[in-house]
Amino acid sequence: MLTLTLALRNLLHAGLRTWLNVVALSFSFVAIIFLQGFYDGLNEQVERATVAALYGGGQYWHSSYDPYDPLTLDDAHGVIPAPLDSLIAHRQATPILIRPATIYPQGRFRSVLLKGIDPDQTVLSIPSALLKDRSHGIPAIIGSRMAHSTGLQKGDMVTVQWRDVHGTFDARDVVIAEVFRSTVQDIDNEQIWIPLDELRRFTRTPDEATIVVLGQRVAPPGSVGGWDFRDLSFLLRDLHTLVRMKSVGASILYLLLLFLAMLAIFDTQVLSIWRRRKEMGTLMALGMTRGGVIRLFTTEGALHSILAALVAAMYGIPLMAFVANTGFALPNAADTMGFAIGEKLFPVYSPSLVVGTTVLVCLVTTIVSFLPTRRIAHLKPTDALRGKLS
Amino acid sequence: MQDLPLVVTHALDKTYALGQTTLKALDGIDLAISRGEFVGLVGPSGSGKTTLLNIIGALDVPTSGSAEILGRSVETLTHREAARLRNEHLGFIFQTFNLLPVYTVFENVEFPLLLQGIETGRRKQMVEEALAWVGLADRADSRPSQLSGGQSQRVAIARAIVKKPDVVLADEPTANLDAANSHHIMKTMLQLNRDLHTTFVFATHDEKVIGYLHRTITLVDGRIARDEHAGDSSHS
Repeated sequence: MLTLTLALRNLLHAGLRTWLNVVALSFSFVAIIFLQGFYDGLNEQVERATVAALYGGGQYWHSSYDPYDPLTLDDAHGVIPAPLDSLIAHRQATPILIRPATIYPQGRFRSVLLKGIDPDQTVLSIPSALLKDRSHGIPAIIGSRMAHSTGLQKGDMVTVQWRDVHGTFDARDVVIAEVFRSTVQDIDNEQIWIPLDELRRFTRTPDEATIVVLGQRVAPPGSVGGWDFRDLSFLLRDLHTLVRMKSVGASILYLLLLFLAMLAIFDTQVLSIWRRRKEMGTLMALGMTRGGVIRLFTTEGALHSILAALVAAMYGIPLMAFVANTGFALPNAADTMGFAIGEKLFPVYSPSLVVGTTVLVCLVTTIVSFLPTRRIAHLKPTDALRGKLS
Repeated sequence: MQDLPLVVTHALDKTYALGQTTLKALDGIDLAISRGEFVGLVGPSGSGKTTLLNIIGALDVPTSGSAEILGRSVETLTHREAARLRNEHLGFIFQTFNLLPVYTVFENVEFPLLLQGIETGRRKQMVEEALAWVGLADRADSRPSQLSGGQSQRVAIARAIVKKPDVVLADEPTANLDAANSHHIMKTMLQLNRDLHTTFVFATHDEKVIGYLHRTITLVDGRIARDEHAGDSSHS
């Protein structure tokens, strides 16, 4: 307690010197939490959007389906088993049939995935209701990225060619009923969505699907023969890996900021010990032990981080609350990350992030403060009084 | 009371290594200082005054021989025991005052009491009393940088005597002061010696200080050349 009292007194009485360090360290606190919150927000936002548009509450895959192997698509379809059919009937799941196809926009050909979806489904946030109007022909919807890369627009007609289950090629013209915008690239790039019943008819696969997507918070009905259940942790694994890779830059910055903050504290401590060696001699002459002096100087260094945390809280909490509510506008970055982010990113500053970072910085500061004070352990009081470091 | 030996040294040697050679700073010092004495270690630079004062203050240890402070052998004390001895029984006054620059006058004087763990109310009373002894009660809130040299040294005296130590060790206490302040400081310490029966041991070569001493121990080349009491003279 005495050490803490004296250390606090020393720091507060040192005035500007202390506050310069404290303010500099508080910038590190805020910057580290701010950046980490940015990536946490990114992670959460990506996950939420992807779950809503693509994964739902998990998926049943036909046992032949492998999204990383397009050659499996010809065989990856089957009649929907009864337990899943029951969920679909209650609108707690929706089937999707996926077939490889070729489109011919403006005379060129493009390989695409032709996806059939129930226009009345409400499980996914895909605007499938736009596929209900068949007055202008077979409706199709595509994402804005697909529209951009193919040059297709709303109202355009495009020829789609596919093979049915018997391997017979067939083709139809479809009308682009709408071009939708989505942050989830996996429902957009190289894909055309048409009504499920039309695709089933084209490919002669009645009552069949490639995957069945469960609604969020719908419990999977257990093991279903010929179909494999993929839960969200499985489906989001790649996404998390991707976000983690993107976060590496933030981690480097995190470490850099931490290193700079620690360098400032280390520097301050070294300078302090050099400049205050006579004071150390005086403290020893007055009856303080070497251990007491080490504890005092270490506590002083560590207190910098506690004061910095308080200062950081004063301006950091309002700043972060504001940013967490209003979000960052990222219109140009939305399509460059390789995963779904909205035009606005809302950072997430969780208590674990704030407390964890604060504890980490305080701990590292204490260690860094202690390192230079080890020299005091070898200090002779008579040398210190003469201003010498033995 | 006056005759109780607080400090006793016997055949005390202190040698420093200087590269390949050694320097004998103290050579066979036999000395006894009793309670209530106002004694000075005098001599030219390099005669061993400060070295002897540091050993008496448990800041250093002898190379050979013995030094007993309040019955405890300095050479056998652990670092912690030496710190405790200094905190509870010894007061220090330095040539350059050595006040803690970020503390106020009050906090500087209070510091040894904080180390002793004395409770707040009593601590405040003791500090105010000490500041009154040295005539600085009205400067309690000042910082050392706002004080003159004489005032700074009086704060250092207050800090040394606030815990009412058995011995105050003063190393060249007037070296940085002008004549008027030197006399003022010495009169203050003499008064405290009379009123509190505190033993004062000085290391000095300042004639102004020597004039106030009741006993003068002259060191030459690390040996006691003379040991004189005011009014008589005896050679060691």
